[in-house]
Amino acid sequence: MTEPSPNTFAAPWEAQVFALVVSLQEAGLFTWSEWTDRLGREIRPGDAPERAADYGAWLATLEAILAERGVAGPETVSARTAAFLRAAAATPHGQPIRLENDPLYRP
Amino acid sequence: MGHDHAHDAHHHHGSEISPVEARVRALESLLAEKGYVDPAALDALVELYETKVGPHAGARVVARAWTDPAYRARLLSDATPAIAELDIGGRGGEHMVVVENTPETHNLVVCTLCSCYPWPVLGLPPVWYKAPPYRARAVIDPRGVLAEFGVTLPETTRITVWDSTAETRYMVLPMRPAETASFSEEALAALVTRDAMIGTGLPRGIPATPAEMPV
Repeated sequence: MTEPSPNTFAAPWEAQVFALVVSLQEAGLFTWSEWTDRLGREIRPGDAPERAADYGAWLATLEAILAERGVAGPETVSARTAAFLRAAAATPHGQPIRLENDPLYRP
Repeated sequence: MGHDHAHDAHHHHGSEISPVEARVRALESLLAEKGYVDPAALDALVELYETKVGPHAGARVVARAWTDPAYRARLLSDATPAIAELDIGGRGGEHMVVVENTPETHNLVVCTLCSCYPWPVLGLPPVWYKAPPYRARAVIDPRGVLAEFGVTLPETTRITVWDSTAETRYMVLPMRPAETASFSEEALAALVTRDAMIGTGLPRGIPATPAEMPV
C-alpha cells in the first residue's frame, strides 16, 4: 500500500487520458461531480470486486460518457483503434505514428 | 518455426503500440476531429502536471501557516482564498478545506468514491490513494492504515477521517516539528511531505513513533 509512485503518470497514455478528461470537463461536456459519480460507478461493477480508480478506469468511464452523449460510440472507437494499430505496424520504428499510415486509410 | 521466418519477422520494421495506447490515440483523434479538444492544449496540460503541479505547492502553504499565525487563521477558516494568496489554485482546488493536526487530533484524507484529490496543492494522487484497500480501510481502520505507513500515534490521539469529493477537497495541516524555531519558511517547506498533507505521514523531523518521555 505504501509503494512510492515517483512519476505522475506510469505511461504516456495515462497522461493523455488525464488531459482528455480535464479538457472535456473544461469544454463543458460534463461537470466534475458528474465525472466522479460516473467513475465511482465504473469502479464498482455489480458482478466483480471494486477496482482501483486508476487511469484504466478513467478510460473506461470516458468511453462510456462519450457513448452516452452520442459523441463517439463503441463501434467508432473500436474501428479507429484498429486503424491506429494497423498504422503503427506500417510505421517505421522511431517515426511518428499517423493515421494516414494505415494501409486501409481513406481520407 | 524456422530460422528464416524469425529472421524475416525481425526485419519487419514496424512500430508497436499497445491496444490501450491505440484506444487512447483513437479517442484523441476522434475528439480532435469533432473539435472537442485541441491536441496542443492536451500536450500543454500534460506538461503542466508532469513538471509544475505537485506537493511542493502544498508544502509552501503549510510552511506559511507555521510561520504566520494570521495566515494560519485565514487558511483554517477559508482555505481556497488563503491558498490563492500564494498564487496556488485552479482546477481541482475550487473548494479547499484545510484541517489541522493537534496533539489531540490527527486528520486523514481519503476519497471513498474514487480519487478526488486537491490537485493544485498536492499534484495528482499516488497509486495507493486510488486503490480499493486504502479507500475502504482508511475509514474502518485508520489506525491500522497509519501503521502500514509507519505512523504510530499515541493512543490518546483521535483520528478523524475526511472524505474528499468533487466539490470539497481536504488537505491536512500537519504539526510543526519540534526544534525548528530557527528554520526559514523555505527550510520548513522542505520538511513537508506529500503524505504529511494527506495524513498518512508526518513531516520530516518528527519521529514516527513517539520516544519514551521521562516522567
